[in-house]
Amino acid sequence: MLQLLWFVLIAVLFSGFFFLEGFDFGIGMSLRTVAKTDAEQDALIDSIGPHWDGNEVWLITAGGAMFAAIPYWYASLFSGFYIILLIILLGLIYRGVSFEFRGSMETSKYRDLWTTISALCSFIVPFFFGVLFTDVVAGMPMDKEGNILATAGFFDYLNVFSIIGGVALALLSYMHGLNYMRLKLLPGELVTRAANQLKVLYPVLLVGEVAFAVALYFSTDFFVEKPVLTVALLAAVVLLTVLSWFASLKNHQMVAFLALGLVIIMIVVLLFVGLFPRVMVATDPANSILLKNATSTPYTLKWMTGIALTTVPIVIAYQAWSFWTFRQRIKVNGK
Amino acid sequence: MNLVTGLSMLDLARFQFAMTTVFHFFIVPLSIGLGLIVSIMETMYVIKKDDTYKRMAKFWGKIFLLSFAVGVVTGIIQEFQFGMNWSRYSRYVGDIFGPALAVEALVAFFMESTFLGLWMFGWDRFSKGLHLTFIWLTSLGSMFSALWILAANSFMQNPVGFRIDHKFDRAVLVDFPALLTNHQLWTQFPHVIFGTFLAGSFVVMGVSAFSFLRHTKDVTLFKKSIHIASVVALVGTVGVLWTGDMHAYDLQNDQPMKFAAMEGISQDVGGKNEQEAWALVAYTNPKTHETEWSLDVPYLLSILAHHSLTGSNKGTQTINKELHAEFDKKFGKDMSYWVPANTLFYSFRIMAASSMVFGLLGLAAWWVTRAKSSFDFEKHRWVLWIYGIATYLPFVVITAGWFVTELGRYPWIVYGVLTIADSVSPNVTFTSLLVSNILYFLTFSALGGIMIYLARRVMIQGPEPAKSELDNEGATDPYSSAAFAQGGTD
Repeated sequence: MLQLLWFVLIAVLFSGFFFLEGFDFGIGMSLRTVAKTDAEQDALIDSIGPHWDGNEVWLITAGGAMFAAIPYWYASLFSGFYIILLIILLGLIYRGVSFEFRGSMETSKYRDLWTTISALCSFIVPFFFGVLFTDVVAGMPMDKEGNILATAGFFDYLNVFSIIGGVALALLSYMHGLNYMRLKLLPGELVTRAANQLKVLYPVLLVGEVAFAVALYFSTDFFVEKPVLTVALLAAVVLLTVLSWFASLKNHQMVAFLALGLVIIMIVVLLFVGLFPRVMVATDPANSILLKNATSTPYTLKWMTGIALTTVPIVIAYQAWSFWTFRQRIKVNGK
Repeated sequence: MNLVTGLSMLDLARFQFAMTTVFHFFIVPLSIGLGLIVSIMETMYVIKKDDTYKRMAKFWGKIFLLSFAVGVVTGIIQEFQFGMNWSRYSRYVGDIFGPALAVEALVAFFMESTFLGLWMFGWDRFSKGLHLTFIWLTSLGSMFSALWILAANSFMQNPVGFRIDHKFDRAVLVDFPALLTNHQLWTQFPHVIFGTFLAGSFVVMGVSAFSFLRHTKDVTLFKKSIHIASVVALVGTVGVLWTGDMHAYDLQNDQPMKFAAMEGISQDVGGKNEQEAWALVAYTNPKTHETEWSLDVPYLLSILAHHSLTGSNKGTQTINKELHAEFDKKFGKDMSYWVPANTLFYSFRIMAASSMVFGLLGLAAWWVTRAKSSFDFEKHRWVLWIYGIATYLPFVVITAGWFVTELGRYPWIVYGVLTIADSVSPNVTFTSLLVSNILYFLTFSALGGIMIYLARRVMIQGPEPAKSELDNEGATDPYSSAAFAQGGTD
């Protein structure tokens, strides 16, 4: 029971991370794709300034929770996806310092360099997380101890399905960021540009979602093992995307933002549902790691549950308060 | 073993751990220490309502933010690293080590990052008292973080509250509170925290000294900064000496090999009514593990180790035999229990000697920056240079501390329970580790270089001018009402 609770809780933490940090990544990418002037970039960074660091902690907590509650999963996943995680880490590092460093650069050349680094890393991180999670559900060559084989090749990590997964997550984050921008910035040229891009991107996203569903059918056992739930969740993803699209066209920005955020959460839910009762899928089903064999002891889980159930609501409360405090919309200064 | 480099996977994984933790731990003590000092400065502002203190908090806050940013990003590596490089370790102690890390994220990381955001962007949005609360909560959060990560490290140094689950071949937790009541934690944690006081305060004093050397006009601001920092430095010095002494005292039982190596004792010393001499300098032959020569201070080891004029201690030779007797059944006869004695010995000497320097410099700085003092600190260039150079000393000492703690635990990752060699990921390739080592090294060099460069620029620009402060803020705080008043309707 507690094992299942922690599986769910880790899904919640990853959902929180992709929902919250998703728009931070989107804003990061838009520094190069939407913003044209220094002032516009400043306004974009200010819109996530007080929050992005706290949002990132959702990932740290998800990692920590995985280590604490399902250590065999943590060990297998992190050692098995070494290079992908290395790229993600470097992306997080350079993006993390980019805002602070960009603001302190003396010449516009170096300022520009850090803007580019920020935008690039904001793409790399969600892209490779998309690759990682699609690889996990598609299955990797693993041994009996639950280690991904050192002989796993390039195409085990990067293939059609995982690239679709990577692009999908990056695109979703990007659009989530544009929606956030429309919510957080006062109307102006910048926001209009974002709105125009969104008009094109929604149909692209829908095509992508269909491609993802098709790849999911061929690369995983989701449709065999849990056909009803899989189809229902995929339908929810598509419907919410359509809802977000129409809300966006009608300028109901809050609805558009929340609906697309829910799409991200639904995809996390879909992946976790399909993964269950495993935590790692092996190419040879006998070597897959099952949740029931991967967790910490009931004693540790009990303590962790107590601590998580008391602290998480408090965390959500003060993070929400922080968003409320900075709810005022931002204006692009000096043109 | 790789034929080209002559290095093994284990070497690379260990090098990576050392490199990433040492670099991370350059930055973190600085940000914990600076966080505290900035909190004190802002408290003075709220109490005394003197604008100098506000400018002070903002100025040092800039350097604090720089260090915080680098500290956060280098910290993520640590959390991922256990799974990436040390997957067998993660499986073996995940039940114990994992919770400490998870709680650190839940109670500390969320708190520090959220309230730092509020502090950074909220100078004019909140009442003075509330804004002050934010920096204190950030500060407190970073100390909580140290508490939990050191609870995890203390378990590795002195494992408590666990048993071995033979069925799954792993260590499991049987007593969660024991992780927090571990006596190792309550010497190590305060020792580290007092160390952060030194890192923060010597950077404040050093940067102030460099500012004086550059003829800053803000004499009062920097003098007051030095004064506050000197008090923190004094508390820090007394604290590290006190907790360091307690810690070394415990080590005699907990990790005798570490203690003996730190003190350069290869043969048993002392006796029931005998004094033990303390080696000021010594050389241990790394092949024979014999201390070949030393320069001794009589009685001092007895005083330090037993708080008495007499006593006895085992040398590394005896301890080596005892460890073999105790652990050969479990780890095999070929296990080596020797630690790098000279490194430990001199690292410990660096810590001890530097504490004296810290104390003297702290006291002198406090004395000459008192309101009554007539000494013009800013005019004596050689004094300023001493404090300028001393900026770097805490970082050397902190690294020495890491060397003693981590190298002295060899060959174990969890003392007496699991060896370092049994902990590495079995499936990570040599190439992956080599590539990640190189990339981390380049990244850290870049981050460190940029950080020092930017901190220097913050210093050259100096604190915000006192008068035009209000105008400046409107422009820098995008959430302030001033930004919107200017904005208007376009």
